[in-house]
Amino acid sequence: MWPRLGEGGRRRERDGSLSPLEDVMADGYILRDPRALVGALLEAGWRVIAPLERDGSLTPEVVSAPDELPCGLVDMQAPGAYRLQQQDSGRWFDAVVGAQGWKRWLHPAERRLWTARRDADGFSIAPAAEVWPPTVFFGVRPCDLAAIARQAEVFRQAGDPAYGERLAATRIVAVNCTRVAETCFCASMGTGPGVSAVVDVALTELEQGLLVDCGTANGAALLRGMDLATAAPADIAAARAAVEAAARDQIRAMPPDIADRLQRASESPRWQEIAARCLHCANCTLVCPTCFCTDVTDRSDLAGDHAERWQRWDSCFSPEFSYLHGGAVRRSVAARYRQWITHKLSTWHDQFGTSGCTGCGRCITWCPVGIDLVAEARAFAEEEA
Amino acid sequence: MAKAVTDQARISSSLLPRRFRVQQAWPESATITSLALSPLEGPVPSFRAGQFNMLYAFGVGEAAISICGDPDSGDLLHTIQNVGPVSGALCDLMAGDVVGVRGPFGSGWPLADQSGRDLLFVAGGLGLAPLRPAILQALAMRDTFRSVTLLVGARSPTDLLYPAQLADWAAGDGLELAITVDRGPPGWTGMVGVVTNQLARALQGRDPASVSACVCGPEIMMRHTCLTLCDAGVPAAAQWISLERNMKCAIGTCGHCQFGADFVCRDGPVFRWDKVAARLRIAEI
Ligand SMILES: Cc1cc2nc3c(=O)[nH]c(=O)nc-3n(C[C@H](O)[C@H](O)[C@H](O)COP(=O)(O)OP(=O)(O)OC[C@H]3O[C@@H](n4cnc5c(N)ncnc54)[C@H](O)[C@@H]3O)c2cc1C
Ligand code: SF4
Ligand code: SF4
Ligand code: FES
Repeated sequence: MWPRLGEGGRRRERDGSLSPLEDVMADGYILRDPRALVGALLEAGWRVIAPLERDGSLTPEVVSAPDELPCGLVDMQAPGAYRLQQQDSGRWFDAVVGAQGWKRWLHPAERRLWTARRDADGFSIAPAAEVWPPTVFFGVRPCDLAAIARQAEVFRQAGDPAYGERLAATRIVAVNCTRVAETCFCASMGTGPGVSAVVDVALTELEQGLLVDCGTANGAALLRGMDLATAAPADIAAARAAVEAAARDQIRAMPPDIADRLQRASESPRWQEIAARCLHCANCTLVCPTCFCTDVTDRSDLAGDHAERWQRWDSCFSPEFSYLHGGAVRRSVAARYRQWITHKLSTWHDQFGTSGCTGCGRCITWCPVGIDLVAEARAFAEEEA
Repeated sequence: MAKAVTDQARISSSLLPRRFRVQQAWPESATITSLALSPLEGPVPSFRAGQFNMLYAFGVGEAAISICGDPDSGDLLHTIQNVGPVSGALCDLMAGDVVGVRGPFGSGWPLADQSGRDLLFVAGGLGLAPLRPAILQALAMRDTFRSVTLLVGARSPTDLLYPAQLADWAAGDGLELAITVDRGPPGWTGMVGVVTNQLARALQGRDPASVSACVCGPEIMMRHTCLTLCDAGVPAAAQWISLERNMKCAIGTCGHCQFGADFVCRDGPVFRWDKVAARLRIAEI
């Protein structure tokens, strides 16, 4: 799943040889302290965004000093429950994903699209000016790498360039997971717990420090001048084993044929049964790193001379979402829950060629009544079997 | 030292409309207005029959509105029913006003593939607007088709859209026109009843296997029309309908228009009946 570990970030070609990638480090290295890398990036002028502790969860935030990187945190996640615990393990990356992913940066919750002003012609329209500083995402988990790729595909297909422009101006330092939460099921979704895509830099946490893998010339440029020790073959083997163990530790797994099964389940009475528990609070769609739906609203000043269009995250759980003159198409909570889970796990394949779910487990953890996506999917699979 | 950083990236705006001038605005009825538009700058966008635009009323918002002009002459006509804030603001526009336009979007009626067949248009209420470009095109290449029939349904004779146009068509020999109303006032000598009850008459003298049908109107009317046509022997793969769903972007990013795996804005609004028939049986999909 992650052929690149210890191979200097180069791709393993079909014939077994390693792809030539100039300017890429030849082999795995050991970085003793991630703060050293964050410090060097900050000094070089990058905006570094990393998961920091905010309101009791981990949230990707702008780092202003390397010491802000949290150390020794462990997360306890379960359906409807999340708790961060401080330990003195000295480990940097034991706590996995928090409520918010990278979507809050790449696909902001609120965005001004353009402004319009009355003039002699009628009105004129001015594009919204947005600049994206040179940015490093530091500490992206494999499931979230997949989520970024999947959202990027939605906007690419639609011909909306903004997401891709932000992403193209961003370097990524990923982290392979060596510890998982109870809610993680990335192994069954094929997205983790090891990075399988080519990524600028990937880190794996070991006893003796972080194994550094570099997959691109951009990644090599980020690492240039860092004080890195060469990794021993044993380090590389240990990293591989730790990620494999993390895959084995996952207690949840999505049924592999769920996409087909949901296609035939549209009239199952089970939707009513879930709807009886669901509060249609939309938490699941807000925390889901692939959910992309938006609403567009207008604002104008009192005089009516200045108008703005804003785009905001929206949720298929809101009754207005499917409103047509005369009433909503999906009036019942059952129909709205069916839309969300069917889109994630089934129709996304038809639309974009992948699942809309990465197995990050956020919707399970942050559901106030603990509705478990995997358990619900299993129930559909078993119902029909 | 890490390499010096890259440049700042400029992020593009999305969903930017172009400005169009209302050349003419005229009422079709108390609640329905038609607009003829032309661009303030740049060329008139070319469009296919059945496509729609997103029209923006300054400060109020955007709505999906079908193009009802003739694609071959590039007439950017829209017919709008006032049902709420945005459609209301669009109906209030007058000649000289400026409106924002994005589009055209979506799939069209598949006229080009129907040569040699008996064309049947079935319109319910405002559904005549999105069909009008296709009817005009069919008449422009009338020889291509064995016959062209238009069946129009309206609540009452005064609710009929484009009465002058209908009178023109009735007087010409390009198409056979049949009009039916739900309630006929005293003196009405035409047909009374919902369109589905008049389909058998519209099909008279035709081999149902050679009929291609384009149907537009309220969803329930389209459903019953297609089911009735299927029962009469018209192939399910030779019938098309145009679906409406809530639309915020029209490019496939807002998610609002999803209908199963389809984005109505991108994969529709015109769908072949056999591809959506099963889905339309599912309540609240
Ligand atoms: C492909 C397509 C073509 C259309 N063509 C026409 C046309 O030619 N003429 C015409 O008068 N109307 C047409 N409509 C319907 C038109 O878009 C709605 O009437 C309009 O959006 C209502 O907005 P409102 O603010 O005036 O009303 P409200 O009822 O207050 O609407 C509130 C919001 O709900 C949504 N909405 C409500 N009704 C509809 C609807 N029927 N379809 C889509 N979104 C809706 C819109 O997002 C709107 O902003 C079309 C719709 C679609 C999807
Ligand atoms: S559906 Fe749930 S588990 Fe899947 S990507 Fe979204 S939040 Fe994560
Ligand atoms: S499944 Fe849970 S998180 Fe999602 S809307 Fe229902 S109650 Fe909220
Ligand atoms: S209208 Fe936004 S996705 Fe179709």
